[in-house]
Amino acid sequence: MDKFTIDKMNLYYGKFHALKDVTLHMPENKITAFIGPSGCGKSTLLKSLNRMNDLVEGCKITGDIRLDGEDIYGNMDVNVLRKRVGMVFQKANPFPMSVYDNIAFGPRTHGIKSKRELDRIVEESLRDAAIWDELKDRLKKSALGLSGGQQQRLCIARALAVKPEVLLMDEATSALDPISTGKIEELCLKLKDDYTIIMVTHNMQQALRVSDNTAFFLLGEMVEYNTTDAVFSSPKDKRTEEYITGRFG
Amino acid sequence: MADKTGSAEIAEIKPINKLTLKQRLMSYKRKPLSLVMLLLVALAALISAAALVFIIVYVLVRGIPNLTPELFSLTYNSDNVSCMPSIINTVLLTLLTILISVPFGIGSAIYLAEYAKKGSKLVKVIRTMAETLAGIPSIVYGLFGMLFFVYTLNWGYSLLAGAFTLAIMVLPTIMRTAEEALLTVPDSYREGSFGLGAGKLRTIVRIILPSAMPGILAGVILAVGRIVGETAALIYTYGSATGYTTGLLSSGRSLAVHMYVLTNEGLHTDQAWGTAVVLLVLVFGINTLSAFIAKKLGNKKG
Amino acid sequence: MREYFDLELANLNNRLIGMGTLVEKAIKDAVEMITNGNEELLKAAREQEEVINSSENKIQNQCIRLLLHQAPVAADLRYVSSALKMITDLERIGDQAIDIAEMTQYIRNRSSVVNMTHIQEMAEQAAKMVTLAIDAFVKKDIDLAQTVSRSDDVIDGLFDKVKNETVELIHSNKELGCEAIDLMMIAKYLERIGDHAVNIAEWVAFSITGSREF
Repeated sequence: MDKFTIDKMNLYYGKFHALKDVTLHMPENKITAFIGPSGCGKSTLLKSLNRMNDLVEGCKITGDIRLDGEDIYGNMDVNVLRKRVGMVFQKANPFPMSVYDNIAFGPRTHGIKSKRELDRIVEESLRDAAIWDELKDRLKKSALGLSGGQQQRLCIARALAVKPEVLLMDEATSALDPISTGKIEELCLKLKDDYTIIMVTHNMQQALRVSDNTAFFLLGEMVEYNTTDAVFSSPKDKRTEEYITGRFG
Repeated sequence: MADKTGSAEIAEIKPINKLTLKQRLMSYKRKPLSLVMLLLVALAALISAAALVFIIVYVLVRGIPNLTPELFSLTYNSDNVSCMPSIINTVLLTLLTILISVPFGIGSAIYLAEYAKKGSKLVKVIRTMAETLAGIPSIVYGLFGMLFFVYTLNWGYSLLAGAFTLAIMVLPTIMRTAEEALLTVPDSYREGSFGLGAGKLRTIVRIILPSAMPGILAGVILAVGRIVGETAALIYTYGSATGYTTGLLSSGRSLAVHMYVLTNEGLHTDQAWGTAVVLLVLVFGINTLSAFIAKKLGNKKG
Repeated sequence: MREYFDLELANLNNRLIGMGTLVEKAIKDAVEMITNGNEELLKAAREQEEVINSSENKIQNQCIRLLLHQAPVAADLRYVSSALKMITDLERIGDQAIDIAEMTQYIRNRSSVVNMTHIQEMAEQAAKMVTLAIDAFVKKDIDLAQTVSRSDDVIDGLFDKVKNETVELIHSNKELGCEAIDLMMIAKYLERIGDHAVNIAEWVAFSITGSREF
């Protein structure tokens, strides 16, 4: 069952053709990884999936992107889309408030006011993000005092708190040490039972360890899309081979 | 976790990474110019500090002996030039001015920083205008206030006319600092908030404004400083009535104006010095209070 | 890009070719032993076996080091893992060649009546397969590899012939039981060498296409 379908999608930044005729169907409860050199459009594509590109001046998109068959650039409310499609950013971006308020921000945004309900969501999200034990005694402390790895897992918990269906991860571990990275990778594998995860990564070993499917992008074009095993053991396209074996350019 | 070493032990440590006096002298011998530079900047710092200390001490020395109970008596008359009414007037004026200017200032800052297209013509024009207005001498505002509020709107010399004039005067300051404060809020906060499905309004009110608050407050404090110290713009708008301001359209004098008038008349120079001390304490108090508030907000953040 | 890694891979390739050449020599020596018999050759072959073993060790260590340091993917991964598997087969061929040589010598010393024609044919066929497999590897030639895989039937057919002859040998002369068993074992070893050659050919195919099927 495909969660996200992208068909014949083109994206322009002003006159720059950033994504060319991308067609990509991503299955539910799987981890899809986008790989490719910097500037290949993979992050741009990721941001199109929750319409974060709307904020960018001069960004034009054509084609068809659907979530569960529903056109996300059609009549769907953008805030509802972003509730359904959560995002974790490259740099951990906790809000300058307490751990608790960080997690509760999303649910509160979507109308949950009951203290008991919020308490439950905060605990559940932190547990899901495997950081409850570390943070349960400092819920009232500022989130900015946490370590980088904790901050990033807090951001994952914050994203989970609004009960999304899809989680977009934009190089979510690129600024973290190996231990924190490992924890987040483990977390992804655990989360995919309940969520569909789409990640952009520069770390090919990470794509190998975590993802089920991998799409390789080059110069705005989707060159190859297949199971991760197939892409990394027997890539079909010469450019993919060159890139993943490090003989690119 | 590193072991905690006792402070006594730390005191005994002789660090190798600190220059000894001998090493320092050696390095100056090699580069005499850097010694000259050091002496010059040290001298500059010393003179500046000395000038400030001199003024404060001078005001205190001349003023404190004149801080008599009579100076704070509740009523003003030509025999006892009490500054009590002007203290109250100053507080009222400040509050009213801030009340008028802050919503407009922050509102337009939010528009410029969050809503207007980045680098649009309008934003540039508004910014240039704000900067120009911030540099105009206050007497020009006073003149404008007199012609517009006092005569055209026929408010007379009044609290309202004074407050509106000063509000216009401090608006650019508040607006610019608030805009700067909003612009320094990292975009990652906005992304994070939008990413959770929060709308623009919620993002601004719940995430951006709290983050920018210390910066915004700094602008407001600057504005308060200007309001409290202002004379020229007030003489033509708020007037210099000696009593308490009893209503929006009632005239009065602020502490700074009071001091100006006393000095000008030349009859109550001693009381003017006393008033100067009061003004000094007031400004000091405002600064301390605002530093405290800023720290409070900062603590909540960091 | 990745010059160092490419250099290492080229080095690995050379070592593999070197080991392949040694193994090829070993099996040819065994054939020579079967055909003509030669004490000197046997001694040399024993020493050579040591070289093959140490070569296997070196290549194995290099492969593991490359896996660890370079985390190869795609064609690189297939090449290194194929190498790791292939050297096992090569080493087995080397072992079996020496065993064959020893047993041949033993039979020759005991009796001259045993008919070695089909064994000789088998040995030549096995040597051809090994040579082809190594050629396929050196030239990265999928067609050659496929030829190796196909020619396995020939050696299997010869094995059946030798088996029947041995049964007859035991029937005709019960004194020759020992020789008959050795003969059978030589045939089995040669048949195994054929299988190893096929394995090598399959790893060559895997290294090139990513599939061990032809």
